[in-house]
Amino acid sequence: MAAPTELSGWFPAIAIGVTFLKCLLMNTYHSTDFEVHRNWLAITHSLPVSQWYFEDTSEWTVDYPPFFAWFEYCLSHVAKYFDKDMLVVQNLNYASPATILFQRLSVIFVDVVFFYAAQECCKTVADNKVKEILTKPSFVLGVLLVWNFGLLIVDHIHFQYNGFLFGILLLSIARHCQNRHLEGALLFAVLLNLKHIFLYIAPAYGIFLLRSFCFKSNNSDGSIQWRSFSVARLAALGTIVLSVFALSFGPFIAMGQLPQVLSRLFPFKRGLCHAYWAPNIWALYNVADKALSILGVKLKVLDVDKLPKASMTGGLVQEFQHSVLPSVSPLATLVCTLVSIMPALLHLWLRPRGAKAFVRCVAICALGSFMFGWHVHEKAILMAILPLSLLAVESKEDARIFLVLSTTGHYSLFPLLFTLQELPIKVLLMVLFTLFAFTSLKTLFSKEGCLLSSAEALYLAGLLPVEVLCEWVYPLTAWQSTMPFLPLLFTSGYCALGVTYSFITLYLSLLTHQGPKHKDKSQ
Amino acid sequence: MENWSLVSLCVLLALTTRWAVSFNSYSGADKPPMFGDYEAQRHWQEVTYNLPVHEWYFNTTENDLNYWGLDYPPLTAYHSLLCAYVAKLINPEWVELYTSRGYESPAHKLFMRATVLVADILIYIPAVVVYCLYLAEGSFKKKVSTIFCILLYPGLTLIDYGHFQYNSVSLGLALWGVIGLGLGRDMLGSFAFTLALNYKQMELYHSLPFFCYLLGKCVKQGLTGRGLLLLVKVGGTVLVTFALCWLPFLSDSQQILQVVHRLFPVARGLFEDKVANTWCSLNVLIKIKTLMSTGSQLSLSFVLTLLAALPSSIKLLTRPTLWQFKLALVNSSLAFFLFSYQVHEKSILLPALPVCLLLSDIPLVALWFLQVSTFSMLPLLLKDGLLLPYAVTSMAFLYLGLFLLSALQRSTDEQLHLQPYHTLLSIVAPCLPRLNLGLITKWKVRAERWVAL
Repeated sequence: MAAPTELSGWFPAIAIGVTFLKCLLMNTYHSTDFEVHRNWLAITHSLPVSQWYFEDTSEWTVDYPPFFAWFEYCLSHVAKYFDKDMLVVQNLNYASPATILFQRLSVIFVDVVFFYAAQECCKTVADNKVKEILTKPSFVLGVLLVWNFGLLIVDHIHFQYNGFLFGILLLSIARHCQNRHLEGALLFAVLLNLKHIFLYIAPAYGIFLLRSFCFKSNNSDGSIQWRSFSVARLAALGTIVLSVFALSFGPFIAMGQLPQVLSRLFPFKRGLCHAYWAPNIWALYNVADKALSILGVKLKVLDVDKLPKASMTGGLVQEFQHSVLPSVSPLATLVCTLVSIMPALLHLWLRPRGAKAFVRCVAICALGSFMFGWHVHEKAILMAILPLSLLAVESKEDARIFLVLSTTGHYSLFPLLFTLQELPIKVLLMVLFTLFAFTSLKTLFSKEGCLLSSAEALYLAGLLPVEVLCEWVYPLTAWQSTMPFLPLLFTSGYCALGVTYSFITLYLSLLTHQGPKHKDKSQ
Repeated sequence: MENWSLVSLCVLLALTTRWAVSFNSYSGADKPPMFGDYEAQRHWQEVTYNLPVHEWYFNTTENDLNYWGLDYPPLTAYHSLLCAYVAKLINPEWVELYTSRGYESPAHKLFMRATVLVADILIYIPAVVVYCLYLAEGSFKKKVSTIFCILLYPGLTLIDYGHFQYNSVSLGLALWGVIGLGLGRDMLGSFAFTLALNYKQMELYHSLPFFCYLLGKCVKQGLTGRGLLLLVKVGGTVLVTFALCWLPFLSDSQQILQVVHRLFPVARGLFEDKVANTWCSLNVLIKIKTLMSTGSQLSLSFVLTLLAALPSSIKLLTRPTLWQFKLALVNSSLAFFLFSYQVHEKSILLPALPVCLLLSDIPLVALWFLQVSTFSMLPLLLKDGLLLPYAVTSMAFLYLGLFLLSALQRSTDEQLHLQPYHTLLSIVAPCLPRLNLGLITKWKVRAERWVAL
């Protein structure tokens, strides 16, 4: 394990600094997610538990697991001191100044969890007696996590509670790196009951805990030693996870509401892609379908009238009908996802290489589900970027993947903030983060030559003209009113290339990476 | 990490803060019939765009001077004209004569904020970077910290991006003047400062040290030889710059007189609103504003201002160094702020600029002053609905200032330059207990060490 790192000086400074920035962003634009969370505050505050998953006055029904509802319940008891009217279910789209202040402050305040987690993550990084603060890997990691561009704009402008949730994820990962596996498992079980999207990385957790925790030792060649299986450890693990789930879902099972709760949590009626297409395989698939249908019509192979009317404009959740390629069912996406993460899981089982290999597997699971999942939100890319930050400061190869993935992934978040007023702030924050990531990682690995190949650098530099074209030039043209979706489609397609590329390179690095000679083999 | 990227990160952070502040309200938002400074700036665009130059400063049927008439020097008017051309391109309604009065819309707010940002990026921010890199002392890291702290000074950000004004232009030009003089490019420096003076007449607060420094330098080089040449060159630069700025008004003496009359509105009284200077404070006890005639108020304030600025100016004449120059700038601008006629609360930004330049030399006192200066504008900021950005930016500035410049660690009497003050105090009032500021601040450091133990 790495030697404990001295964080006392700079860590509070970067955390307090970013908190000031978050406070300044309070008056910026907020999305409908603001109303979603206000509605949840109102529901959990004014209705009995049995009504939480049935209430549907607002279209934004509670669709997070029970722990998150309880979290909103706790918040609502502070909220009543700010403005009681926000806690009335019928007050749709209520956004008084006190409500905004409270909701914004609640996000900023619960980010303390994220700070603590980031600090614990920084402690797991070896600094190798580097004296200069700016070139310490732990410092770079601290800034990459705490100042993460995606979290800043998604949580503090767009409005969500991701910082708090990712804080628990990172803390759980840090605990695994510190060999405190039971704590890590407990935290992850809690996290699953706060937001079920983390189910995507649950396979990595399951395999890792079973293989590296329940089996106490390996053979000398790293293969599994069947006799070292510890029933006590499995029992402890099982008790922890099951009791957390019992605590969360127990009351609803007792009330016989489980099917209703599950139908709220997994709304498969939504379409394959979110309103704005997340940059994944399906975005490329849709683009290909669209291109083929246009081509088909031009070549008179297809009949225009027989094509389904594909609506590609933004709006609420809608279904996109494919005209040439076969339509994709939820089951197909699930199978694709599982197939995509299977090699990584197998590798984790057959060749366990300690906690950092586990982190890599988590990132791959997150990316795999992002690439192939059903109705993926663009925000889900953060689930891969944040864990990958931990690896980026320790090896040059991972730093390279991180730079490509974080830059494209973050850029793909741009359409979240579409108002002209927020344009400068998102560009500034993005440049700030990207500049820091590039220069600091370059300094960390200055002895090992160039980080990016020229093709990668060219691709990333291409984001600049994409931005200028899509957000500066296109709105001035006449097409803006007739085809407003075109920039989104282009952005999504361009970013999908980068994300796919990082997925493949990350996979290759997992399968070929030899690791630092079983340095932190689990005991 | 490379040096350039550290500087760029600082500048990017400063820009982010500025734009984040600009999301807030501005002065006079939704307050007819007069609105506030925001409307004043918009109105100047309207006037300069639609009226011929010779009517800008005159009360005519089409130019009602009682409604935010132009009362800044010609450069401000030209700047407004430039902005007006851009505004006309985007939306002609914004600068329509008469009908645009009190025009407010989110798009227009965005445009106005953007004009401030552009001016800031072009003038003030590069000036701060150049100043710190070439004229501040210490390691590179310390220079970067100083850049960051100066750029984050909340007073200027709040007034320019919250309340709404273009102080970064005049202050930036004045700072380019300081840089010019500091680097020995006296003509460039005096050119920049003359531009500043022609952008905002309040830059007169800084003019005495500029004059004394240059004159002192000429004297030092010998008024018969090289010094005379320098004097002629500098004098020529100033005159030519002035003439160029005032060119459209030079045709008629009536024009010049009217502009001067608009720039120095004696009728507006000794001070305005709640301003943290001598007259406003004294007015609580003695009603000077009503007791004395305007003429005697004027001469009293003039004499007192001159008296207060004189000692540092004389010293600067005899010892024209950059350090003395910076101190004299603080002294002179504060003398003007405290004693001169018709001072606004926003004028505290003028002393704040040279104090910012002292941040790397005497961090504790400078931070202290800058905090107080921002606080002194609180009534104004409250009126504009800027409490939240005020609280956040000034706390951030205090924290980062203390952290980056390690202000509390460098607080001995010597480092705080308090020795002359002690000497003075012991002569003037020997019976007073000796105030040891260094000891007080050191106490905090000791307490921290105790906690650490």
